[in-house]
Amino acid sequence: MSSKVNITIDGEQYQVPAGENLLWAALDCGVYIPHLCSIREKERSDASCRLCFVEIEGIPNPVTSCTQEVREGMVVKTRTPLVDRLVKTGFELLLSDHKLRCGKCPKNRQCELQKIAKERKLKLKLTRLRPLLTEEEPVDDSAKTFIYDPNRCILCGQCIWVDHHKVEAGAIGFINRGFDRKMGTFGDVSLAESICTQCGECVKVCPVGALTFKVEEVEKG
Amino acid sequence: MSVSQNFADLRSAAIEKLEAIKEKPLILVGTATCGRAAGALEVLNVFREEVSKHQLDVQVEEVGCMGHCYAEPLVVISNPGFPTLAYGPVDEGTAQRLVSDYLVNGDPCYEFAMAALEPNDEFPTFEDFPRGVIEKKIILRDCGLIDPDDIDHYLAKDGYAALAKVLEMEPTAVIDEIKDAKLRGRGGAGFPTGVKWEFCYKAKGSPKYVICNADEGDPGAFMDRAILESNPHQLIEGLIIAAYAVQAATGYIYVRAEYPLAIERLQNALDQAREKGLLGDKMLGSDFSFDIKIFPGSGAFVCGEETALITSIEGSTGLPSHRPPYPTTAGLFGKPTVINNVKTLSYIPHIMRQGAEWFKSIGTENSPGTAVFALAGKVVSTGLAEVPMGTTIRELVYDVGNGIKDEKEFKAVQIGGPSGGCLPESSLELPIDFDSLQQGGAMMGSGGIVVLNEDDCMVEIARFFLDFTQKESCGKCTFCRLGTKQMLEILTDITQGKGKPEDIDLLQELAEDIKLGSLCSLGKTAPNPVLTTIRYFRDEYEAHINEGRCPGLMCKELISYMIVPEKCSKLCDVCIGSCPTEAIYTRPDMLKAIHQDKCFKCNSCLVACPPQYKAVIRVSPPLEEQTEAEEGGNADEQ
Ligand SMILES: Cc1cc2nc3c(=O)[nH]c(=O)nc-3n(C[C@H](O)[C@H](O)[C@H](O)COP(=O)(O)O)c2cc1C
Repeated sequence: MSSKVNITIDGEQYQVPAGENLLWAALDCGVYIPHLCSIREKERSDASCRLCFVEIEGIPNPVTSCTQEVREGMVVKTRTPLVDRLVKTGFELLLSDHKLRCGKCPKNRQCELQKIAKERKLKLKLTRLRPLLTEEEPVDDSAKTFIYDPNRCILCGQCIWVDHHKVEAGAIGFINRGFDRKMGTFGDVSLAESICTQCGECVKVCPVGALTFKVEEVEKG
Repeated sequence: MSVSQNFADLRSAAIEKLEAIKEKPLILVGTATCGRAAGALEVLNVFREEVSKHQLDVQVEEVGCMGHCYAEPLVVISNPGFPTLAYGPVDEGTAQRLVSDYLVNGDPCYEFAMAALEPNDEFPTFEDFPRGVIEKKIILRDCGLIDPDDIDHYLAKDGYAALAKVLEMEPTAVIDEIKDAKLRGRGGAGFPTGVKWEFCYKAKGSPKYVICNADEGDPGAFMDRAILESNPHQLIEGLIIAAYAVQAATGYIYVRAEYPLAIERLQNALDQAREKGLLGDKMLGSDFSFDIKIFPGSGAFVCGEETALITSIEGSTGLPSHRPPYPTTAGLFGKPTVINNVKTLSYIPHIMRQGAEWFKSIGTENSPGTAVFALAGKVVSTGLAEVPMGTTIRELVYDVGNGIKDEKEFKAVQIGGPSGGCLPESSLELPIDFDSLQQGGAMMGSGGIVVLNEDDCMVEIARFFLDFTQKESCGKCTFCRLGTKQMLEILTDITQGKGKPEDIDLLQELAEDIKLGSLCSLGKTAPNPVLTTIRYFRDEYEAHINEGRCPGLMCKELISYMIVPEKCSKLCDVCIGSCPTEAIYTRPDMLKAIHQDKCFKCNSCLVACPPQYKAVIRVSPPLEEQTEAEEGGNADEQ
């Protein structure tokens, strides 16, 4: 048996495996913390989605829980005014560059963004910020069984991780820099033209509607 | 032979060589990048040609930069029997005269001289100017005065003496000395260097690495380049000492590839150090072995961030990652790594030679030593300056920089690079040190300082710097990728007269969240120019938003050009010819006026109007189309 440590989250005591990452420890205890980019098997989290903020006693500002290892006696708060404010802004920023129109999205009702909105009572529309998705990128439907809509991608990197570490295809990665950063193939060719094996594993891990199976395929099961 | 004997031999040979050089006239031409940009290579050629034409026994050498960039090409001539003088700017004609009048005929041409290098009865020295009184040169001391391509010049000036001393000390004693000196990192954050070394020394894992960060990506910053080009051995010695202190076997110098001359001079310096046994296996006959590789960086600003720099050396895209773990625990190839800035490492030999107490006697208690600034913008004497920490901004701008150009009003300094802040006139007495600047909302950063005057629009300045950081964001994390873009859109709207009253609050909210929420310090500091301009120049934001007026008369959408009839001359029509859109016409009374709907606001007429008239002015808010020019009203004008 591996050893355990005692931590407090939002006033409740929990015993969690020593060495565990706080985000996953909390999720395992049934405490929800918004998250998109964290991958359990990955040794060091990318910490790029910036949604899993918590406050920890002894640390002055909110920190991302995916980069914290649990410690004996750690006292964690998942909801403070500052945490809520950061999560709200981070979430709104993601929405400002995301093709919303949920009704038309194949992931409607199974989307992580919708889940975060529900859990944290956030709106799924832009009120404060300016829409940044002014020019939509073409949708890639060249693969037989699935569609890639870059305008719905939130750059979590889940698909790239399975492509590199589970399937070991190496077909996709992050391309471009800054605001133009996106998931794409080498040379930005369509998936059909790339070395993608079209196994569909990446589609299964996409938390939003960026990678979705074509409808016939879903029906076939 | 012992380390000290080996070193003593190298040193005395170097001194002998230099003494011999000094017995004859010597011409030093500053051919660092700043000198070259001003034509130093042509001047160098003239000196060489003239010297051989007159068959003189005079040595002509290339050196680096003394920091007086406004006076480049800069030349120093030492001639036995005369004070050693610096001349600048020297053009090809002056170079000819310096050879024929001075070196042939013995007239030192005081009319071209700037200052003498040592006290004498003939000519004032740099120390006799206000700038010289304030400046205190440690790491720039020899820049521009020694030949960077000849290690003997460095050796003759106490070079590598610190290394020889350190090689006979315990590594922990070296760390203690640097800790005691309270040296703080000059790469921006001001982290105590000795503490960093100690973390690395104590960290488990081997081999260990040391890296010199010479990425210098800040626009307008060129102090690291000047040091690399002018005195490469100083930082190489510092890097070797760092390696000895943490017991590293390999070092890297990460230089941006846009610095080809720096790379060339560094490579040459490394070769010479190896040849003399100062680098490589069992250096100076000690048990310590260490070597240095140069890694040309790939040009992204974010690659200067330490975690991104490390991934870049490892061969991946230079993207920052979350800290901790810090590089001192898990750095290059996952091993404990010290990473220090060029300037930080350049102080090391001086501290090890002269001791922590000496270092602490300069500067302030919590920021000992000096600060090196690249002075730019609307200031008379641009260039590099090294001043003690604690010098006020006023002294830097007015005494070192000789005040504001063209008799304009001072408005602000933008200090600390693109993520620094803008400080107003009321901050002129602020002492320059890590903590005071931070409190003012700016930061030491890399040491860039841009002086702004009454013609600068602070909203536009904020937009300009944010535009830089937004473009340089790597795009990995949400807050920096999208947050800076949001802020940039808002600022652009305001400068175009499309701002809304609630935009100022929104900018502030976003700025605070981006500072807290971003993954690396690029995002964490990017909002600084916006926050400080709102803090100190909120009225300018409000003028743009509420009145459609740009007080600096800079934002094109919010200004108009007009010709003041009282100043215009019937006899002159220069402006008409200068206008590319034929917007200027001659009125029936022969005075000139501008069709506002045709005017492109290119500024050509304002430049073209002869100085005795100065009839073209800018006004804000813009004139209604086709309004007669007389109605400038009470708008801001210039
Ligand atoms: C976006 C960004 C760019 C940076 N660029 C540089 C740089 O060009 N040179 C540098 O020395 N440090 C740079 N830094 C700071 C480094 O991350 C690091 O703190 C520094 O090299 C440590 O050296 P020091 O302790 O000697 O200051 C940068 C940091 C950030 C966030």
